[in-house]
Amino acid sequence: MKKLIIALAASAALMGGFSTGAVAQEKKKVCFIYVGSKTDGGWTQAHDLGRQQLDKALGAKVETPFLENVPEGPDAERAIERMARSGCSLVFTTSFGFMDATVKVAAKFPDVKFEHATGFKAGPNLATYNSRFYEGRYIQGQIAAKMSKKGVAGYIASFPIPEVVMGINAFELGARSINPNFKLKVVWANTWFDPGKEADAAKALIDQGVDILTQHTDTTAPMQVASERGILAFGQASDMIAAGPKTQLTAIVDTWGAYYIKRAQALLDGTWKSEQIWDGLKDGILTMAPYTNMPDDVKAMAEETEAKIKSGELHPFTGPINKQDGTAWLPAGEKAQDGVLLGMNFYVEGVDDKLPK
Amino acid sequence: MFEAILLTVITASTPLVLAALGELVTERSGVLNLGVEGMMIMGAACAFVAAQLTGSPYIGILAGILGGGIFSLLFGFLTLTLVANQVATGLALTILGLGLSGQIGEAFVGQPGIKLQPIVFPFLSDIPFFGRVLFRQDLIFYVSIALVVGINWFLFRSRTGLKLRAIGDSHASAHALGINVIRTRYLAVMFGGACAGLAGAQLSLVYTPQWVENMSAGRGWIALALVVFASWRPWRVLAGGYLFGAVGIGQLHAQIVAQNLGIVIPSQFLSALPYAATIVVLIIISHNRRTTLINTPASLGKPFVPDR
Repeated sequence: MKKLIIALAASAALMGGFSTGAVAQEKKKVCFIYVGSKTDGGWTQAHDLGRQQLDKALGAKVETPFLENVPEGPDAERAIERMARSGCSLVFTTSFGFMDATVKVAAKFPDVKFEHATGFKAGPNLATYNSRFYEGRYIQGQIAAKMSKKGVAGYIASFPIPEVVMGINAFELGARSINPNFKLKVVWANTWFDPGKEADAAKALIDQGVDILTQHTDTTAPMQVASERGILAFGQASDMIAAGPKTQLTAIVDTWGAYYIKRAQALLDGTWKSEQIWDGLKDGILTMAPYTNMPDDVKAMAEETEAKIKSGELHPFTGPINKQDGTAWLPAGEKAQDGVLLGMNFYVEGVDDKLPK
Repeated sequence: MFEAILLTVITASTPLVLAALGELVTERSGVLNLGVEGMMIMGAACAFVAAQLTGSPYIGILAGILGGGIFSLLFGFLTLTLVANQVATGLALTILGLGLSGQIGEAFVGQPGIKLQPIVFPFLSDIPFFGRVLFRQDLIFYVSIALVVGINWFLFRSRTGLKLRAIGDSHASAHALGINVIRTRYLAVMFGGACAGLAGAQLSLVYTPQWVENMSAGRGWIALALVVFASWRPWRVLAGGYLFGAVGIGQLHAQIVAQNLGIVIPSQFLSALPYAATIVVLIIISHNRRTTLINTPASLGKPFVPDR
């Protein structure tokens, strides 16, 4: 209810903004829909940073209106449609949960171009773009296995969708490549954004004996708890070093800017095509925050893994890999297909959590 | 470990109890203010900004209380003086609060906050378990408990409290008796705002000492529901708030324990548990229709225009 009202209010505010914008003529509108607040210190902030870079690079030719705090679900459809109606030429919808809403609106507005982040449904005027976050999580897993004294890490997860499950698996695979007995405890917060609940999840994991934390939720609250309790942690989506100067080992930093500029340029040039992009560390859509609070040999290992992933020498999902119950999944030497990863609904060996069927 | 869990529960429950207590007094006077979420987030923003600027979390607390209290005056003016619809105004207050707090806090996003430190009672805090849990808390926790006792006494044992309840039950009769309905309601609304502001201060100074937009994440709405399910009784608000907090924290631990034991419990089910458990328990507590009716402010949400 609350979010609905915010969305409505925000759309109303935006409509006001558009009517004045229309006078400024000729500028193309590249619009953004955010699931959270643009200053959340994590996921949405990373997208907004990308939007600002786009504004800076092509500000003379494009406008970049955005809607923040748009809830996933039916309200999202309304918000996206409002954007489409208001003259946007290209709309980026930046959360997995906007997928079906984006598909519906894209079908209604064939002349408007849409790009949906992290989803798997495309169309003639609907592209998808994603980042290979799992590459970063594999590196984190390796670092965790080196740095954890107890051999158990805690993972604050949001929702059991393939993206998150893939991240958990990549982390565990990285950890097991160093310590074959490494354990991973998962707590589902069932939210992307709730500082209090994320902090509670962090405390629960620490009280249950983990000594390294990683998160797939959006705020810096878990980092702050880790820092208070004197354990180590990984940042998510944005560099969270300010929340834990002595705590953060590294962070997966989403760097969408270059991609947004590239696609907006394609729109201006008339060369925009619906594609399904899945870029990784080597393309710069994802970078690792500086490796800190670790000894030099661990840092060297992390850098080496990063270089190997970039060069294509190492793919985190390379067999032999067993499923959680010990049955064989990937034969030795084989790399997982992208399609399989994007629909991942099972754990690999070593994860303690059980996925609800 | 049990002690650590209990500490987490206290931190999670305190803001709910505080905001619900304030709303309870407001509603007992017959005013329905749905703007708790907005007042709470305003309190969180004001408290954080003030604490960052002065370096003192106590000034932050004060700013949180003032922020929520002054913000609620806007609601008071619209609904009591201008007799606007309370439901619509309350919702508007929430929207405004969420937006305004974002503006106030914008320059402070990402700054590490100052955590309010506990006040340790000598001797009492050395009592094993309960002493260590209850007497090494921050000021806001002590205030929340004092408020439960104080409000219970005020409403049911004091003359002014009786007048306030009379207004909530029948503002026309109270007015006829010469009680100043509008003034009392203004004070009740401001008290509600101040409590919500204090709850907000707890969020940005104790729970997660930082400022992020929307950081209250719906807690104001939970507090609102608590008041109704606790049938407007302070002790039940306390019980309901702690039950919600305890089940919420407990389910996180249950997830890990289930993993250790190899049991599958859908996390979505566990996440819904605090809501379900709190509703069920409070319904059982308030199952007596007659006493519930007695406790429900009969004029709740109805506009009052003094006849001239």
